[in-house]
Amino acid sequence: MINALGQPQSLLLLGGTSDIALAIARRWTRSGPVHVTLAARPSARRDAAVAELAALGADVRAVDFEAEATDTHAAVVAAAAAERDIDVAVVAFGVLGDEERAWQDHDAAVRLATVNYVAPVSVGVCLAEVLRRQGHGVVVALSSVAGERVRRSNFVYGSSKAGMDGFFLGLGEALRGSGARVLVVRPGFVRTKMTEGRSPAPLSVDADDVAAAVIDAVAAGDDLIWVPGALRGVMSGLRHVPRALFRRLPL
Amino acid sequence: MSDRELTGWGLTAPSVGHLVETDPGAVPDLVRSAGPRGLIARGLGRSYGDPAQNAGGTVLAPLPSAIEPPDPDDPDGLVRVSAGTSLHDLIGALLPRGRFVPVTPGTRYVTVGGAIACDVHGKSHHRAGSFGDHVAALDLVLAEGSTRTVGPDREPDVFWATVGGLGLTGVITSAVLRTIPVETGYAVVSTQRLPDLDAVMAEMAGSDRDHTYSVAWIDTLARGRSMGRSVLSRGEHATRDQLSGRAATRPLPVPHEPRLAVPFRPPVGLVRSLGVRAFNEAWYRKAPRHRTGEIQSLAAFFHPLDGVADWNRVYGPRGLVQYQLVVPDGAEAALVGILERIAAERLPCFLAVLKRFGPGNPAPLSFPTAGWTLAYDVPAHPGLAPLLDELDRAVVDAGGRVYLAKDARLRPELLPAMYPRLGEFREVRDRLDPDHRFRSDLARRLEI
Repeated sequence: MINALGQPQSLLLLGGTSDIALAIARRWTRSGPVHVTLAARPSARRDAAVAELAALGADVRAVDFEAEATDTHAAVVAAAAAERDIDVAVVAFGVLGDEERAWQDHDAAVRLATVNYVAPVSVGVCLAEVLRRQGHGVVVALSSVAGERVRRSNFVYGSSKAGMDGFFLGLGEALRGSGARVLVVRPGFVRTKMTEGRSPAPLSVDADDVAAAVIDAVAAGDDLIWVPGALRGVMSGLRHVPRALFRRLPL
Repeated sequence: MSDRELTGWGLTAPSVGHLVETDPGAVPDLVRSAGPRGLIARGLGRSYGDPAQNAGGTVLAPLPSAIEPPDPDDPDGLVRVSAGTSLHDLIGALLPRGRFVPVTPGTRYVTVGGAIACDVHGKSHHRAGSFGDHVAALDLVLAEGSTRTVGPDREPDVFWATVGGLGLTGVITSAVLRTIPVETGYAVVSTQRLPDLDAVMAEMAGSDRDHTYSVAWIDTLARGRSMGRSVLSRGEHATRDQLSGRAATRPLPVPHEPRLAVPFRPPVGLVRSLGVRAFNEAWYRKAPRHRTGEIQSLAAFFHPLDGVADWNRVYGPRGLVQYQLVVPDGAEAALVGILERIAAERLPCFLAVLKRFGPGNPAPLSFPTAGWTLAYDVPAHPGLAPLLDELDRAVVDAGGRVYLAKDARLRPELLPAMYPRLGEFREVRDRLDPDHRFRSDLARRLEI
């Protein structure tokens, strides 16, 4: 259960080796004992994440998770919910890819759209069913400001995030009154392994900044946040810039 | 049956369950047909945390009120009531007959079933014990749907597991309670202002036993030499000849419904440290240095906050938590340490109360135990967690515990240390309800 001070007792990390997911788990683990299910592909990185969270005092277990294998998602979520309720589920997987290849290489485009849109929809539906039955729980969906106004320089990624963002906002509305909640998180540029080697945009943040914001938002019962918060105003402005002008902006 | 978002009085940690209103005859069928998320009985929702909500499961609304008044010749004044009867209604039925409840918590808006399941206490604990000590018998619907009548002399293990058992042994449908005779509906109150913690503790330890009712309001924001300054209030039931004026013409007034209300939840909490500090200062200063013989109605003496409906809303969208601890006699140093810690944190609490407990009762999950209890309300905020975790450890180290009817954030790891007889409770519960059909959010959170 999430207690009166917003602290959960169990976490399901989908895309459990993502920097942001791990930063969230680390923070909650430091504030008290947490059961963590780390759903990710088997890898040395996953093993290291399990070891690190266990050393911090979490009760961690790893389950195999393949984002593109949507027919396996229900079983992964069910396995996580078998022993105890899922208090918070973090949908943290996603790929950035090579932007120019992503719209010219058919396989790359389909893969990106599958991992970033189809797979989140798939896990979202599975989570919603479990959380509704529980009568409580929060889905944290890691979206991106890239989806808020899709731009030429990364429009395949941006469009997939726009889709998943819309899906989870809508899911949150659909779940109203069920006890289950959805928190959509729109970070700007986050310095992580996914963005390694790219030059950071203004207002860039670290994975831990996103984690801190998520933890506050879960406690406050928010359903949509930007990280940093200032991006809310920036994006609100950018959304209304005419296309002819938007095209010329160095974004 | 409808899906309803429920919280405790603290308005924190909401969850959705299926709320069912029914009459006592339908309870066995309802229990038998409870789904995999189980069932819990709910009273008037005055527990601060999550014991009376059941995410995804069934929540039984209070059964209709029903009171069979005591026989005037019965020295025990036994009264049979439905578990859904509020103490407000019960007191309203008892007072005109010259009787009163032996134990009342700080609000009349609790049900008899809830008062038993939380084994509530009041200002009389040092003399009268807790609510469960005055229950002669109760009817309990068990997991498989049968009804049993139990009491201190009839299946005492089941009875005492149910007293303070947070609804996890079954559904209490009715109870027989002992009542006390009173001449009037008034109390004679003495009020004393005490400049620091040593003074109030010495006064309470020294002379509490000479008073039926005793409780101290404590200024948790005062630091240094004034740390623990308090207003100690003691009372006795007034006799007829102590009344004068209007009170003498109407010696047994029935408590009325609240005339004021907080109409909505403000978008930000209104309990802030500056305002609270000013309030506490004024409250302490306005109290008389020492006054005796003041006549107060029982409602004003026992239930001052019942005058304002929904007062918990002033804490705003995040709600409030109440932290109530007890440390045994001999652990006074731990209490002093905890109060120093709270004062240093500048927590905005104006409803802080210090009281002495008498010995506990045989119920394995009952909260009171001989010693000192401190209760205070604070606005809920994630930043509170490290401090309250630290206080939990100090309480455990001192051999004390926190009150589960108030709790909304304790971790399961500390529960066995705070309630060393948890194993005994579980043994009885597992025998009565092996599938854990009676479930609540608190039971899930604390893995009871």
